[in-house]
Amino acid sequence: MKKITIAILILCMAPFSIFAAESGIALERAPVDITDNASLKRGAESFVNYCLTCHGASYMRYNRHRDIGYTNEEILDKLVFTGQKVGDLMESAMRKKEAEEWFGVVPPDLSVIARSRGADWLYTYLKAFYRDDSTATGWNNLVFDRAAMPHVLYQLQGEQKLVVKKTDKGEEKGLSLEKNGELNSSDYDKFVADLVNYLVYLGEPHANARKKLGVEVMIFLLGMLILSYALKKEYWKDIH
Amino acid sequence: MSNLFNSMIEWIDKRFPLTSNWKAHLSEYYAPKNFNFWYFFGSLALLVLVNQLLTGIFLTMNYKPDASQAFASVEYIMRDVDYGWLIRYMHSTGASMFFVVVYLHMFRGMMYGSYRKPRELLWIIGMAIFFVLMSLAFTGYILPWGQMSYWGAQVIVSMFGAIPVIGDTLQQWLLGDFTLSDAALNRFFAYHVVTLPLILLVLVFVHILALHETGSNNPDGIEIKDNKNPQTGIPVDGIPFHPYYTVKDIVGVVVFLFVFCGIIFFAPEMGGYFLEYNNFIPANTLQTPDHIAPVWYFTPYYSMLRAVTVNFLGIDAKLWGVILMAGSVVIFCFLPWLDRSPVKSIRYKGPLFKTALALFVVSFFVLGWLGTKSPTPMYTLLAQIFTVIYFAFFILMPWYSKIDKTKPEPKRLKE
Repeated sequence: MKKITIAILILCMAPFSIFAAESGIALERAPVDITDNASLKRGAESFVNYCLTCHGASYMRYNRHRDIGYTNEEILDKLVFTGQKVGDLMESAMRKKEAEEWFGVVPPDLSVIARSRGADWLYTYLKAFYRDDSTATGWNNLVFDRAAMPHVLYQLQGEQKLVVKKTDKGEEKGLSLEKNGELNSSDYDKFVADLVNYLVYLGEPHANARKKLGVEVMIFLLGMLILSYALKKEYWKDIH
Repeated sequence: MSNLFNSMIEWIDKRFPLTSNWKAHLSEYYAPKNFNFWYFFGSLALLVLVNQLLTGIFLTMNYKPDASQAFASVEYIMRDVDYGWLIRYMHSTGASMFFVVVYLHMFRGMMYGSYRKPRELLWIIGMAIFFVLMSLAFTGYILPWGQMSYWGAQVIVSMFGAIPVIGDTLQQWLLGDFTLSDAALNRFFAYHVVTLPLILLVLVFVHILALHETGSNNPDGIEIKDNKNPQTGIPVDGIPFHPYYTVKDIVGVVVFLFVFCGIIFFAPEMGGYFLEYNNFIPANTLQTPDHIAPVWYFTPYYSMLRAVTVNFLGIDAKLWGVILMAGSVVIFCFLPWLDRSPVKSIRYKGPLFKTALALFVVSFFVLGWLGTKSPTPMYTLLAQIFTVIYFAFFILMPWYSKIDKTKPEPKRLKE
């Protein structure tokens, strides 16, 4: 009987294992640490400069950023450029109709993008743009083929070219830097890492509070377990 | 003080059967003394039910059942409502954990023959609860109006369309529109927060009434009421539910809360199984996702739905899928009459039943796993094989349970 119990418990855990990335190339691991406020602030400032023009984060309010160490004044100074109030939602400045004309699609809202795509996908994606004259924007992406988004960060990263190597397993796609950007490659990696870190934070701003409260709840439950078990023992000593 | 208390109870007892009910259902309700690990899941299901009702009320206060606002209102709860994230995770984790405890509760019944005479009605009421629970899970999953909510619902709704003659009309009547839209979201919200919880509460009440009429089964599968103390009329192997099982169940509750809170606070998405990644994309009626998978607790049935790939006996493959899927749940109701074994509990049943039950559990897990995958010819073949095994467990039961070599049941509880 015990064996059956254990076997079933093991089987119960089996489905909770993987989330497969469905793109052709292996994803790089994003160095995410949402307790690193300095990184989150750098990411937030890059986000409002480079992303918020086209994409919205319209489930997020500016003043939520007090959680990562800003004051209201700093938020207005560093994050809000369009005359909005500090309690407003981070909506895109671009009109949906115009966006559709320019890109063919409305750029998706980025509030919970890290929760649907995953940090590793975003990290690899932002590093995987290359020049491709066959597309409308002149850019293509190794992770997301024919992405409607042009390489917004090309001034920082520079321009990459697609390199196809023939191996015995078939073709292997890679990228090489053709034209240097303002940042060298390790600084660009750090820039993208901060941005992705911020996107993860943006996906669930209360994640840190959640884990902190979780530890407290576990400690409380441990006390409850000792008490309730002692109570059960006390009552059950006259049975059997 | 105690005098005042006693006279208050006396006052109430003259007007309402408080003491007599307390005795009948708690302090003088005699339960077998040998309940093991598997007997925690009934009370845990009750705990999760209360969790769902309470957190559900608070979610309703901020959720907007409107196709253009639903997704944003869930994120509003997650970000701007005080402790909204906690309430939402308690509710979403509770939905999955409801199925975990109910599946284990049902498996307990299958192991120890809790569906056998005189508990056939108790079992069937339990199955009715399971149907309502599935409907609740389905209607609830639509509400965040993400991609998986929308396209998962499309799959379920199209099942009604597969029913011959009345299918299309039935589908439109359910949706209140020709397609899945705001009208459907509104009515599914009404079902999820009013209709179904009311039915569920009544059924749970009736389930407990039926249980207290027959008394609980136990791991030995013998009736403790057959062996009463001649003076007191109390079963000799019975102990009062309160305080013995109330204090024992509290330990079970705390252990369960470790798991439950562990998920809520440290892995609320549970690797994409409790909250699917694609459901963080707002519903897009023009863009079908590459891969539609239901939440984990529906995946075994989803596999069976997809398993039939050819028309046969003049019935369309899609309709076969729907018949199998519905049949896979309904067939549980017939268990009391399919089982012809002279003993109830797996402890005294023979190798045939044990093998059959083990195969059934394996097929349930394999079908569940296959339901999360995109179909390939290999996966479809596997789904077909394990669908056959799943149904064989039930259909062949009258035969193998009868010829199985059983051990004699003891007269008294062993532990």
